[in-house]
Amino acid sequence: MTDRVAPLSVHPIPDEITGPWWEATRESCLLLQRCVGCSHVQHYPRAMCTKCAGTDLEWIEAQGIGTIDSFTIVQRPPSPAFEVPYVIARVCLAEGPTMLTKIIDATDEELVCDATVSLDWEMLSDGHQLPIFRITNPQ
Amino acid sequence: MTALTAIVGAAESDLGVTNASILTLQSQAITRALADAGLKISDVDGLATSGVSRFSATQVADYLGIQPSWCDSTFAGGSAYEMYVARASQAIAAGQASTIVISFASNQRSARSRSLGGVVESHTPEAQFESPYGPLYPLSYYAMAAQRYLHDYSLTRADLAQVAVLAREWALLNPKAYRHDAGPLTIDEVLAAPMISSPLTSADCCLVTDGGGAVVVTSLERARDLAKAPVQILGYGESTTNTSMSQVPLLPTGAAASGKAAFARAGLTPADVDVIALYDSFTITVLLSLEALGFCGPGEAAALVASDRVRPGGDLPLNTSGGGLAYCHPGQYGVLLLVEAVRQLRGEAGARQVPNPKVALAHGTGGILSTHATVLLGVDR
Ligand SMILES: [Zn+2]
Repeated sequence: MTDRVAPLSVHPIPDEITGPWWEATRESCLLLQRCVGCSHVQHYPRAMCTKCAGTDLEWIEAQGIGTIDSFTIVQRPPSPAFEVPYVIARVCLAEGPTMLTKIIDATDEELVCDATVSLDWEMLSDGHQLPIFRITNPQ
Repeated sequence: MTALTAIVGAAESDLGVTNASILTLQSQAITRALADAGLKISDVDGLATSGVSRFSATQVADYLGIQPSWCDSTFAGGSAYEMYVARASQAIAAGQASTIVISFASNQRSARSRSLGGVVESHTPEAQFESPYGPLYPLSYYAMAAQRYLHDYSLTRADLAQVAVLAREWALLNPKAYRHDAGPLTIDEVLAAPMISSPLTSADCCLVTDGGGAVVVTSLERARDLAKAPVQILGYGESTTNTSMSQVPLLPTGAAASGKAAFARAGLTPADVDVIALYDSFTITVLLSLEALGFCGPGEAAALVASDRVRPGGDLPLNTSGGGLAYCHPGQYGVLLLVEAVRQLRGEAGARQVPNPKVALAHGTGGILSTHATVLLGVDR
């Protein structure tokens, strides 16, 4: 849990599939879906497995480590709610799925493709949290 | 099914800053394309269009006062118009329609209807899992593709900038181009332009203009009796890969599958292509598409774009209109790729005319590298 507050202009609207995922963020827990039938791990949450179309899916907790597939530093905001610059990234999680996220507190030297990152959180005004990442200190 | 079909009419609407409505621009494009073909509105029994309203083809049919026996409003961003060529060919071969108009127009510059955040519907997974981070749509996704591409092949922003420099060079030869009178562009100017979503500056991004276009498709047999030499539809292919920013690898893009299908259907290879029209939403899009379509190997597109081969006078002329970067970008630019390819194959391209091209490739890209569609066109053989 951090005191970082997300500049959210539009609140996510959880549905019957994503509700548990958003609830878990209140406890700083990043959930992923695992297929009971074929063990495929996926994110974002869905009503079916994208590998075998199985509909029996369970939640597992992500370790919270991954690597930066790619990133971009946004210099012009999509809405006035966002304060530039900030770093958007695709992070490949250790469990397999790739997610869109944000990287915080990275220097220009640290911010490269394939850098390793670890999970952090940003508070949303509705009590949910947003999973974000920071560069893993090499020491 | 082998559909022997052809494009027999092609035209632009007014371009740039028009202060005209979408349906006025649609009407301009359609009536001019029909006049180009020597056909009447009463000949039209098929219509494909999008970006007008929720019922786009229905809306335009109503406005034109026609009741088509076939229509399509597949919504796939800038690649839809290349997809429509495939569907129109199939509909004509199947006998469902005989004369099909494919059209698009937008007044996005006059109407100031474009926003950096794009449009994300609140019930989609992207609204919950991506929008809260504030990516620019579509820009930030292309920016991440560019970042990965530069990383993988040890290239720099100057390699991306070459694409914008090339587009300007062609635009200087096209009197309809938005940047026709702007003078040459330099790599340094692209690098010094305001950064929007790194590594892409405003000069790496397509224009925001009004504009539109239309093409008319009919059977090759009938085409041979019409006003101008037919441009035969030789092949087509498409691939739909993603709509969110996280679910598929950034590289290579779906253009690989799309191009492979189009070349196979036409019985052609990239070496047979005399003029290329690629959707250049961003500079990176051109590099990724050249590689995916097989015009060069992975990591080689920047060197190709920097070479004389793709410039006026070269053997692989690329985006001869000036493209979305320097000619016109009304939002779903795909229809204007077809218009330029037709003009080149007919020898109507004026100062930018390529000498005697036999085969042209038009490749549309929609969304965030989401939809890809390739059309191969040729002079009647
Ligand atoms: Zn499964």
